[in-house]
This record gives sequence, structure tokens and C-alpha cells, in this order.
Amino acid sequence: MTDPHLLSLTVNGAEHEVVVEPRRTLADVLRHDLRLTGTHVGCEHGVCGACTVLLDDAPVRACLVFAVQAEGSEVRTVESLAGPDGGLSDLQQAFTDHHALQCGFCTPGFLLLAEGVLAEQPDASREEVREALSANLCRCTGYQTIVDAVCATARARQEAR
Amino acid sequence: MKPAAFTYHRAHGVPDAVGLLTDLTAAGEDPKLIAGGQSLMPMMTFRLARPSALVDLGPLRRVPSMTAISESGGTLSLGALVTHHAVETAALSPGFAVLARAMRWVGHLPIRSRGTVAGSLVHGDATAEWCLLALLLDAEVVAEGPAGRRTIPAGELFHGFYATAVDPDEVVVEVRFTRPAPHAALTEFARRHGDFAIVDAAVALDLDEDGRTSGGRVVLGGVAPAPVRVPEAEEVLAAGAPADDALAAAVADAAAGAIDPPDTDDGAGVSAAYRRRLTRTLVADACRQASGAAR
Repeated sequence: MTDPHLLSLTVNGAEHEVVVEPRRTLADVLRHDLRLTGTHVGCEHGVCGACTVLLDDAPVRACLVFAVQAEGSEVRTVESLAGPDGGLSDLQQAFTDHHALQCGFCTPGFLLLAEGVLAEQPDASREEVREALSANLCRCTGYQTIVDAVCATARARQEAR
Repeated sequence: MKPAAFTYHRAHGVPDAVGLLTDLTAAGEDPKLIAGGQSLMPMMTFRLARPSALVDLGPLRRVPSMTAISESGGTLSLGALVTHHAVETAALSPGFAVLARAMRWVGHLPIRSRGTVAGSLVHGDATAEWCLLALLLDAEVVAEGPAGRRTIPAGELFHGFYATAVDPDEVVVEVRFTRPAPHAALTEFARRHGDFAIVDAAVALDLDEDGRTSGGRVVLGGVAPAPVRVPEAEEVLAAGAPADDALAAAVADAAAGAIDPPDTDDGAGVSAAYRRRLTRTLVADACRQASGAAR
């Protein structure tokens, strides 16, 4: 009963077609079929947020979406953040500057969550950023530095407008 | 863990979804609908749920009525695929603004971006915020099945332990909230923000021009197998009194005294007495927030 499905989706601007079992999660298709291993899988049941990606611009848990449900959708993963020269994005640089990561396992999820939040609320207050980032777990940093990095990025982007 | 294998079927219309459910069942399958999947998928990854077939309502997001949020004549209508986050960011009139304010309690943003109002109601978790809000604002669920459409009032929806009055071959098409409540609030307690509540409480106050209550609703989750209204506490509101701290305390005492919460001490102190204490605190908080809301 593998019931394979042909799936078309756009990931980081590139169109892909893959044949998948319906039970394959979006996280597993990104990692195993498309070899985009920047998306990390932690708990696999929607609690830790490590696998957060943007699905049609909204932050979602990629472990709580079957890939077949993403048919025709646009997905953005951490691989899309770096510039054409491979340099860090402003948000990634802010994570480095503010020591917002240590082991880095949760970082891709936090980056995509933050991008989703800042796209919708470019002027998010520190409290709103904290509330939004509470979706994801980090075992190293104690979170304050992640909030610092996201708030600094929000400020810098606002000033650059 | 990975979910068990299943076959996957896309529904391209509500009648198509009903037909797929009927045909798959007739073929000996055990089909289940999936919309946002934010409750079903964790259950499938734990293999607490092992449907042999999934019917995906996702393509119906292209049907405007399925994602519409509209108000008319004191009724708020939500299409069945409206997400929690869509409600959170909707411009609702004061009578329904409690719904948007309550959304911060529903999981976290990525869950709210994908999970649906109707899905939460049909899942029927006794602590789900939407189940309490349905009882608070007299919701009606419109479900379409092989025999046509019917309307199920919230008071008849929840059978407890994740069972609801929506039949396995029915598809929810709309949820209507028919009782505007400008003075209403929902609050809850969980050990971590975003987790399932241990107890949650929603209160709506009917206030006259002098700020005295003339009635209202008190709804609790986490104290019974299904979300419940508490008539004993609502009687205190109906008796009429200024909406002040003394009233909040009286309503809270009535609620805490009326309930018979499960005594399932999980080893971490969640006993019946603990739930009763939480109830007293949360109902009082909800009363105070409700009296301040929309003033």
C-alpha cells in the first residue's frame, strides 16, 4: 500500500518533481529526496520547531505536513537565505553577532520562523518577537540572544527602508 | 516515528469529499479527512491514529467560501478551512473580538498558520480553545453528508473523549457563531505556553448600561471528558451584580464548587483538587478580563 504520488512543488525558487509515498513528510522529502539537509528534524511530532520552513510564506512545521499536501506550493528553506555569493543573510549575520546559536541544530528552524514573523510584522515589538519565537525549542542559548538577534534585524531592516 | 502507510485522495469539492469518504468506507477502508493536520498528524506519528486512507481537503482552499470570514446580522461565519491565524489577524467586530484575542493560546504561530477552526472542533479535545469558544458564542457546525446538509449546535457537538456529533462520512463546510459577546475573555493554564491547557476557562458577561450583569456564560475545559458550560456559575451572572472583583470571586467559587474534575494524578500534582483550584483562579481572571474587554 505504498500508493506512490507524483508531486510537483517549488523549493527556493526551483521547481521539483518527486515520486513520494503519501506518508512521507515535507521534512523528509526536503532532506532525503531533494537533499536539502539544512532543514533539521528534531521531535517529528510538532513540538520542537527545528524543521520549520516557509510554506507559501507562512512558517509551518515541515514534520506536520505530508509532502503530498504541498502539491503546487512554494517552500522556502534555510538554503535560500544566503546571498548569491554564499555570504550570510542579515538575519544569519545577526545570529552570529549576538551569539544566538551554539550547537546550531535548532538554528534553521529559528531563522525561517523569524523570517516568517518579520515578513508579516516588520515592526514586531520585543514582546511579540518573544511570543512568536516561543514556538521553537533551543537547548543551548537560553533564547535571550535569539530574541536579541531577531529584534536587531527587525530594527536594521526598518531603518534601511 | 513515521506514520503508518495510507492511501491519499485529494478532494476537489465538498460533494467529492463526501463521495470519497462513502466509497472508501464501502471498500472496507478506514478513511479520515485531513485539513491542516495539526492534530491528526501528531496522532499519526505516534500511531495513535492509523487511518488506511486520507481524504485531503487542501484543494478546497481554492473555493472562496471555504476560507471566508464574514459577519452579518450578529452572526460570524467561518468557512471550514479558515485557519486559527486567519482569525487572529481578522478585523472582527467587538462582539466576536474575543475569538481573535483567544488565538494566542492556540499552540504556536506555525500551528496556527496551518490548523483550522473546523478541524479543531471536529477533533473535539476537551481543552481545545475552539471547543470552549463554540459553547461560549453558541456556535453551529454545518456538516454535509450523503443525505445532505445539517446544522449541529455546539451544545450537541461534544460527546467527550475526542468524539463529536459529526459523523465519519460528513464534511464540515462552515462554522457559525451566533451569540456576539463584546464582554468576553478566555484564559488558561499550561506548564509551558502553547501546550495543551490543564484547565481553560471562557467567560462572557451580558452587561447593562450600569455595568451590572444580566446573564452570561461560563465555559470550562479540562474538568470533564468534554468542554462544559457551568450552569451554577451562570446563575450567579444571571442574578445581576456589578461586574467587579466580588462578582468574579462569586462566579469562580460557584464554578469550582460545581465541577467534578477527573482525579487522575499524573504524579506531577494534577489532581482533582488542583484542577478545582485552577478553575477558581482562571474563572475569576476571565471574569475580570471580560468586564474590561471592549469597554
